Parts: sequence; structure tokens; C-alpha cells
Amino acid sequence: MPARIGFLAPIVVFLVLFFGYPLAANVAMSLREYTAASFYTGEAPFVGLANYAAVMGDPVFTTAVANTAVFTAASLLFQFGIGLALAVFFQRHFPLNGILRSLLLIPWLLPLVVSGTVWRWIFDQQYGILNQTLLGLGVIDSAVPWLSSTAIALPSVTVANIWVGIPFNMVILYGGLQSIPAHLYEAASLDGAGPWQRFRHVTWPLLRPVSAVVLMLGLVYTLKVFDVIMVLTQGGPANATQTLTTWSYSLSFGELDFGLGAAVGNLLIVVALLFSVVYLRGLRSSAPATARKRR
Amino acid sequence: MAVHRRVRTALTTVVAVAVVGVLLFPLYWMVNASLQPATGLLQTPPRWFPVDGTLDGYRSALQSQGRPLLNSVVVAAGTVALTLALSVPASYALSRLRVRGAGVVMFALLLVQMVPGIVMANSLYAVMNQTGLLSTYAALILADSTIAVPFAVLILRAFMVTIPAELGEAAMVDGAGHTRVLWSVVMPVSRNAMITAALFAFLFAWADFLFAVTLNSDEAVMPVTVGIYRFIGAHTADWNSVMATGVIASIPAAILLVVAQRYVAAGVTGGALKD
Repeated sequence: MPARIGFLAPIVVFLVLFFGYPLAANVAMSLREYTAASFYTGEAPFVGLANYAAVMGDPVFTTAVANTAVFTAASLLFQFGIGLALAVFFQRHFPLNGILRSLLLIPWLLPLVVSGTVWRWIFDQQYGILNQTLLGLGVIDSAVPWLSSTAIALPSVTVANIWVGIPFNMVILYGGLQSIPAHLYEAASLDGAGPWQRFRHVTWPLLRPVSAVVLMLGLVYTLKVFDVIMVLTQGGPANATQTLTTWSYSLSFGELDFGLGAAVGNLLIVVALLFSVVYLRGLRSSAPATARKRR
Repeated sequence: MAVHRRVRTALTTVVAVAVVGVLLFPLYWMVNASLQPATGLLQTPPRWFPVDGTLDGYRSALQSQGRPLLNSVVVAAGTVALTLALSVPASYALSRLRVRGAGVVMFALLLVQMVPGIVMANSLYAVMNQTGLLSTYAALILADSTIAVPFAVLILRAFMVTIPAELGEAAMVDGAGHTRVLWSVVMPVSRNAMITAALFAFLFAWADFLFAVTLNSDEAVMPVTVGIYRFIGAHTADWNSVMATGVIASIPAAILLVVAQRYVAAGVTGGALKD
């Protein structure tokens, strides 16, 4: 009996101390005027929902929400689309298939700070390879300020983030494709289905559960992207790439108003949870399809 | 017919190599830039290959980033140790013992993975500040474990569920307790799953930037991710040393990919498809 409790006790203590308590502390902080001074004086006056009101009344709020939505939607769409195309392509049998597939994993394994740094150099206005190539080919007549123009910075940051996420999507979707029984394709071929019809009527429906998992994880992950944006633009220029995550960071650790930062963070949790609930309900309603989950 | 087929697979390989080449170009560009003299990087047209290459970038990277690299090793190793110590017994209990509340723990582990890191950073800052842990290795190890532990439990539990119960029962008939069964029967069998969990714990901690930049203001414990970040800020023209640092910081990932390919693939899928 004691052994059972002994095995689980450490992780329960860990969860309470390092998730339960911090999350409760974060809610408490968001209801107080919690500044750098609070850490020294220990005084943080209770202000109720004033931090939430202040945050939502701030013009940056609308920008951050819109940026988060655009950044997340575009990232998911392209990561998934490109990942799926690659997964389908690598289903073919050809020499070097395995090696090339594992090489594709590298971008996913690199620290995001490194990937961000590489893209910052690629996007460099004067010496970056992107502008140099486009100028050389005559596609553009003058250097594009990829990261310093308020109009283009968000798309640029999104491109870098899409690149980071492709391997993950590809690997999981490839695994999902492998679990589709080959005889279904053979049967479809016998019925005269072409490649597109086989994809449309066999691959796509049977891949649905795996696709749902990938998109859900991608969503939760993309909502909280921090490193890539920080390295490329720090949320600038003029908040053009500010998302809820980077804004929360700059309120807490830039302006040292931890109450405001906590409020934005909690709003972010609410968004993530909302999407999770929608996802879980969707999963339940398609239960027959998920019953044959791959293991 | 056979010849036609061979030509087609050869063509497919060519297309695949081209696609992989395009997707990995940014990495080539990092390596290329890391080997160029600083002046070579500020030329038009760009130098596509590191002819007349130099290791100056690496020299200056190691000079300024030697300590941060070492710090990253300490933090990542500590995270691996703490993660395994917590998640191995927990996975054993969750997979093989009927414990009350096991369902709650599993649900909690799934749920906490959805908490945005910035929220954790914000509140852990306050907690670490109160306990005087800010700017210590311990702060980073504990914070990084909040990412690694839930992931490790999922992987380990999924594996331990598949171990036949008879394996441990025989030992128990001979009088072994659960601790003994875990140590001498289950852990040896779970070696591969433990390696996978350890690899990912190492990678998470090695790559962490958010906790490193928020929970730590001491140069002496600064990991390499923050090192590069500060380095870019300070040396905007010195891209070859920045890129050399990037290459060095990527080495653990590269080694992992070569040495532990199958574990990596198992981890990516195992961690994603939790059920």
C-alpha cells in the first residue's frame, strides 16, 4: 500500500507546487497592482478586475488579438498543408527516402532561438539572402524591409514560424498515413479511382482523427509562440508583430507591471481552454472515427 | 517496364532531394555564414560557398559563449535527472498499479501542457523571487522540468502499459516489493522509453529561452539561448560569430538526430498522440 502512494506522491507534490500554486498565484497577481516595488515592499493593493479593464481598454489589445489570430491561422494552414503534402509524397518508395525524411526533422529539433536568428539574417534588409536574390532576379527593384515595415513584419515572422512547424506536422501525418491499410488503396484502384480520388475518398477521411490531433496541438503551441517573434522583431515595429504572448511578456518583464502581464496571460489561458473544449467536443462527436486510433 | 519504373523512382528521389534542399536551405545558410569572414558577409552578390573560409567566428563564439554553453549543459542534465526521478515511478504507478486518483493525475498532466509558457514564467518569477531561487541553476531546472515531466510521463506510461503483467508478478510471488519490481524488472525493459524521455527532456531544457530570459539575470548562470539573443543585440554586424554560436548551439540536436534517430521519431509521435 505505501509503495503505491510513494510512487505517485512526488509527482503530485510537483504538480501542486509548480503548476497549481503558480497558476493560483497568477490569478491572484492579476487582481492586484503588482509592480517591481511589490517584490521589495510586499505590498500589492487589491484592485479587482481593474487590470483586465486596463488591458482590454488598451489599443494594443485589439492589435495583439488580431495579430495572434492572423499569425495562428496562417501558421496552422500552411504548416498543415505543406506537412500533409510532404507526408503524402514520402509515402512513395524511393531510394534515400528514410534519410531524407529524418533530415527534414532537423528544423524541429533546433532551439527556436537559433532558427529565429537564422531567419533574422535571411530577412536582413541590406545583406539578407532573400533581398539579394530577389534583387538579383529582378523581382523587386529596391530592398524590402521584411522585419522593419509595419505592413510586412507580421507575414515575415509567420513565414519563419511556418518553417519551424512543418517537420512536426509532416512526421505525425506520415505516421497517420502509414496506419491506413494498403488494401483500401488497392480496392479503390480496382474500382478505377485515380490518385486524387484515392486521396479524397480514402486518405482524407481516414486521416481525420490524426489531423485533428495535429491541428489541436499546433493551435495550442502556436498561440504561445514566443522565441521566434522575440528574436526576429521583439513584437515591433510599432506593435506590428505583438501577440498576446509577447505583450504579456513586455508588460511583466519590460514595464514590470506583473498584474497587467498576469491578466493578459490569463486571457491567453482562457482562449487556449476554449479551443480545447471545442476540440474535445468535436472529438467526442466523431467517436466512431477515433475508435480505431493508432497505437 | 522495369526500366521505366527505375527511371520513375530515380526521378522521385531527385525531386525529394530538391524539396529537402529547399527546406533545409536556412540551415545551410547558417553554416555558410558561420564560416565566412565578417567582411565576406557584407558583400553583394552574396558568397554562396565558404571559399576562403575562416574559423574566426567559431573562435569568438567559443570565447564569449563558452560559459553559457556549459551552463546549458548543467541545466539540461539537471532537468533530465529531475524529470526521470519524478516520472519513472509515477509512470509505473499510473500504468501498473490501481491507484485512486490516477485518472485525475493523468488529466492534470494533459491539461498543464496547454498552459502557455509566458503564464508559467510570470508566476514562477514571483514564486522564485519569494523563495530566493531567482538566477540559480535550480530555478531553471525546476522551470524546465515543468515542460519535460508531463511529456515524459506520457511517453513512459504509454510504454509501460504494454509490458506484460506476468513479468512483474513472478518476481512478486518470490517476495519482491513494487520498488524492487520497478528497479529490476520494469526499468531494464523500459530502457528505450527512458532514453526517449531523457532525450526530449534534454532538448526542451537546452532550447528553453523563455524561462532562461525571465528567471535569470545573472551572467554566471545564463544559458546559451540567452547568450545568442544578447549577442545579436550587441554585435549586429558580426553575423559570422552569431551564426557560429547558432551552429554550436545546434550540435546537441544534430547529435541526437544521428545517434538516436529512432528514439526521436518515437518521441515525436508518442508525445503527440496521447490517449
